[in-house]
Amino acid sequence: MRKDKLNILTNGIVKSNPTFRLVLGTCPTLAVTTQAINGLAMGAAVTFVLLCSNVMISLLKRVIPDRVRIPAFVVIIATFVTVVQMVMRKFLPSLYEALGVFLPLIVVNCIILARAEAFASCNPVADSALDGLGMGLGFTCSLTLIGIVREFLGAGSFFGLPIGSLGNVSMTIFILPAGGFLVYGTLMALVNFLMRLSENRKFEAEKKTLLKKDETKEVGA
Amino acid sequence: MNPYFVIIIGAIFVNNFVLNQFLGICPFLGVSKKTNTALGMGFAVIFVMSIASVFTYLVNEFVLVKFGLEYMKTIAFILIIAALVQSVEIVIKKFSPSLYSALGVYLPLITTNCAVLGVALLNVEKAYNLVQSFLNGVFAGVGFTLAIVLLAGVRERIVPKNVPESFRGFPITLIAAAILSMAFSAFSGMFGIV
Repeated sequence: MRKDKLNILTNGIVKSNPTFRLVLGTCPTLAVTTQAINGLAMGAAVTFVLLCSNVMISLLKRVIPDRVRIPAFVVIIATFVTVVQMVMRKFLPSLYEALGVFLPLIVVNCIILARAEAFASCNPVADSALDGLGMGLGFTCSLTLIGIVREFLGAGSFFGLPIGSLGNVSMTIFILPAGGFLVYGTLMALVNFLMRLSENRKFEAEKKTLLKKDETKEVGA
Repeated sequence: MNPYFVIIIGAIFVNNFVLNQFLGICPFLGVSKKTNTALGMGFAVIFVMSIASVFTYLVNEFVLVKFGLEYMKTIAFILIIAALVQSVEIVIKKFSPSLYSALGVYLPLITTNCAVLGVALLNVEKAYNLVQSFLNGVFAGVGFTLAIVLLAGVRERIVPKNVPESFRGFPITLIAAAILSMAFSAFSGMFGIV
């Protein structure tokens, strides 16, 4: 039972990572990751909205009529996005400026609607909360990773801290839009490669245990 | 220079919504396997974006600003867009079945296309008037169509080629988009538009 819950949580972080595996919510992924800190902030905002909207939708799943469920979901999501917008403008004005139009655009981030439709609307509240948290963390990790790579290559710094004199030889293209596509594509290929590697290993291990079983059977016979 | 000309060129080339501002990436990657479907999606986006720009401008000006409800912008705009897409779908279905069969499948997808909400929010941010908002909507849609059709053309030629297994599908598409974006970055500063 415990393991089930843990699986729901880790599912979003690794196996169906929204950024690299499901390829959802690509707009903010590319737009705000010129700096690692922006990626982290966007991830945190999305995680908050995802968690709250998943819980709310799961609570209301029997009340919302099936035919108007999408508009209802969108209104719930938009409410939490407005909350995030107000809090950020008040307490983190520089990040609010940096995320710009992409903060209100969390409303149309397809991860949130996809999880509402695919998970929260047909699962209990606790599971939906875990799913939202896991997906949000997966999104945050991916965005921060892309941000770190782009900031390192494009500006020669790490979370705003310059690394030696690397800033002088940085490749500006990586903080331009083209670099965003390039880094995202390359990292996704790397993730695909690693996933295939671990799958192959699992397959090999399974084959070995099967062979062993066969051997013991033969000996027994 | 003529401010309308600046908006048109800016929306299509210099600040292309997809390749320069990262709006509407999901359909850009998702519906760009074939040139025909990409074109259909493009026209549906132009259609919805131009109407949405006008409606959101009117609601913002005459309801939200008038009653001091600007903080409701995000919720109001997304509701307008969702309602608009739904009614456009119903109207087209009733009056032009042929257009419906061409655009129908793309319309529901447009509600969650961030380019539509993005153009509405940017119009307000840049304080455009009604005509400017409409033009920005139409030509941002044209820019989207241009980008998605170009990418679809590239993808059609990539598919039969021998792509390394890890790069198959989305990764190679993203690399192609990167090269397209590099090409479009040459437009920056054209006619002094930033």
